[in-house]
Amino acid sequence: MAAIQGGFLANLGRVYAIYTGAFIGFTIFIGILELMGVPNRVLGYLFIFLTLGVYALIGWLARTAEVNEYYVAGRAVPAFYNGMATGADWMSAASFIGMAGSLYFGGYSGLAFVLGWTGGYVLVSILMAPYLRKFGQFTVPDFFSARYGGNVARALAVVVLITASFVYVVAQIVGVGIITARFLNIGFEIACFVGLLGILLCSMLGGMKAVTWTQVAQYIILIIAYLIPVTVLSSELTGVPLPQIMYGQALEKIAALEKTLGVLQPHTAAFVDARGNYSPTAMWNFFALILCLMVGTASLPHILMRYFTTPSVKQARDSVAWSLFFIFLLYFTAPAYAAFAKLEVYQSVIGQPIAKLPAWVASWGSIGLVGACDAANAAAQFALCKGVTGNGDGILQLNEFRLHTDAVVLATPEIAGLPYVISGLVAAGGLAAALSTADGLLLAIANALSHDVYYKMIDPTADTKRRLIISRVLLGLVAIVAAYVAGTLGADILFLVSWAFSIAAAGLFAGLVLGIWWKRAGDAAGIWGIIVGFGLCMFFLIATEFYGPWVKASMSWLGDINIVKIRGRDVAYIWGINNISVGIFGIPAAFLAMIVVGWISKPASAEMQDFIDSIRVPAGSVRNAEAAH
Amino acid sequence: MAENKLSASQQAAYWEKTRGLMLVILAAWFVFSFLIHFWAPQLNQIRILGFPLGYYMAAQGSLIAFVLMCVWNAKSQDKIDHEFGVQDE
Repeated sequence: MAAIQGGFLANLGRVYAIYTGAFIGFTIFIGILELMGVPNRVLGYLFIFLTLGVYALIGWLARTAEVNEYYVAGRAVPAFYNGMATGADWMSAASFIGMAGSLYFGGYSGLAFVLGWTGGYVLVSILMAPYLRKFGQFTVPDFFSARYGGNVARALAVVVLITASFVYVVAQIVGVGIITARFLNIGFEIACFVGLLGILLCSMLGGMKAVTWTQVAQYIILIIAYLIPVTVLSSELTGVPLPQIMYGQALEKIAALEKTLGVLQPHTAAFVDARGNYSPTAMWNFFALILCLMVGTASLPHILMRYFTTPSVKQARDSVAWSLFFIFLLYFTAPAYAAFAKLEVYQSVIGQPIAKLPAWVASWGSIGLVGACDAANAAAQFALCKGVTGNGDGILQLNEFRLHTDAVVLATPEIAGLPYVISGLVAAGGLAAALSTADGLLLAIANALSHDVYYKMIDPTADTKRRLIISRVLLGLVAIVAAYVAGTLGADILFLVSWAFSIAAAGLFAGLVLGIWWKRAGDAAGIWGIIVGFGLCMFFLIATEFYGPWVKASMSWLGDINIVKIRGRDVAYIWGINNISVGIFGIPAAFLAMIVVGWISKPASAEMQDFIDSIRVPAGSVRNAEAAH
Repeated sequence: MAENKLSASQQAAYWEKTRGLMLVILAAWFVFSFLIHFWAPQLNQIRILGFPLGYYMAAQGSLIAFVLMCVWNAKSQDKIDHEFGVQDE
């Protein structure tokens, strides 16, 4: 195995070039099958099962019994490939499926996601990645334990890690379920479990090593799948296949159509309310969300642990730049998607007779992602039409058209009348995005449980074999629980994901940053930072989401609180801040707690300060890593 | 792996340079993450290739700046590491 592994690492470029060629060839082959009249359903099956099969094969080939390979891929992942793997790890169902939809509906306000999910890498690059790589252990809680005096800090970090990652992974499985349900024509709950099988196939046997090399494969598929439809659309609509530049024209046409259709909130207008007036609340929500997402980026353990896998500190830094570049490719394209999709809907759907609507309206309508709500009984055919009263004139007006956020990307190829093979490709890409993130998250959770809780806190004498078996069993268990929650609850993907960011940001960011940049911070500071940040964030999240009326009644001393009916609940908005950015309360609180406790309590010991000095410099060994124990 | 042979004062000088670089990039990050977007409504009055400028900065301009900042940090920090002879490869 060692010889094969060496051969593989030496030939990475060739291996993935052949793989990319084979995938393109496969897509063309499916296109030919479609021309020969093979039914769409079969094409969908081929795309999903063949890509799943490839991931499973990589997962199996990368199986390992070595702790170093299982937890940190043998620290042998070059910067470039770690960048791709991080890109796939990063770009989840929310980015691939949800984000263009948010941009479609939110216009400028949706750009908070584009900014928030890229800018955080600057923080990772300058504040964290190189130092965590130099520290060189297995998990993020390892760092908290070493820096803040042992298992109390470790246990708290594990709680934050698991809460954030679990909320996040549920959202990913919902994404997998939506795609699988649509393309395999099976129920959503069952689809969640089918998707789960794919996730486990990738990560069960090979841990981080398997996840890394499948994620590289998944990145290649997801970026191809994301760029092709919008490139074709761009060349159809504008004559130039450069969507990222040409959607400026689409924006101009949308602006013109908005006037004739009577849209009050222009697509590109910044900080406006539903009536199109300037709104400071909209502006503060925009900036609050950006801050939470960016700080969350620099705190999410499944991302930070990717930088444990590079061969050197220098490559960890290079790898952050590569990661952001690969992520950038998708994110600077997403607004183009939204613009072209909106233009298509405004031009070819709105104002058409109901009888002449394109076929995709019915097919996506049947799973509740599209609604044409003109007729009085439209809700019988379209679940989305519940509560919408159409005027029954046989023409689809703008206010009678309903589109689910997640449908924008998935349905765009059909909306634009592209062949079905492109729809299959997008499904494969969405699946790759959701699976790769779910893999990384589940691995982060299972590693925290097996390495941090079991090995470090319960049984430090456990041998390698036992640790790896425990890790795999836990991986399976966590996955099943997550799939069960996803299947029964279902939820808005973007909301769940944004909460995960806020939770991680409030709980871990201050401890990570000050742990490296403020030598004085002692054990108590680190511990209180997590408790206050995480505690406050969770309190506000649960209180505003589930006990909105109580918050309004008992916390009005905080200032302006209003109740918004959303997600079937009465949700409290404190100072008009949407609780999607709930981290805005926890992040400063964590810093404040750390600084206050840091100054009034005992400073970190001389050994600890020496340890910090040693992780600040790339060369040399890490000194006193065990000083805290 | 190369050894870290820095004296206490060299270590302090190394960290001062590293921190200076961090602060400069952090400032740039703040400008492109928040500051320029305060003027998005005004910038939107200007249209380039159909893009309102405020929208463009949030959709593309800042993103390009972020990628460049990460490259800038990797290159400059590497230079500092070499200057002090503490690079690890």
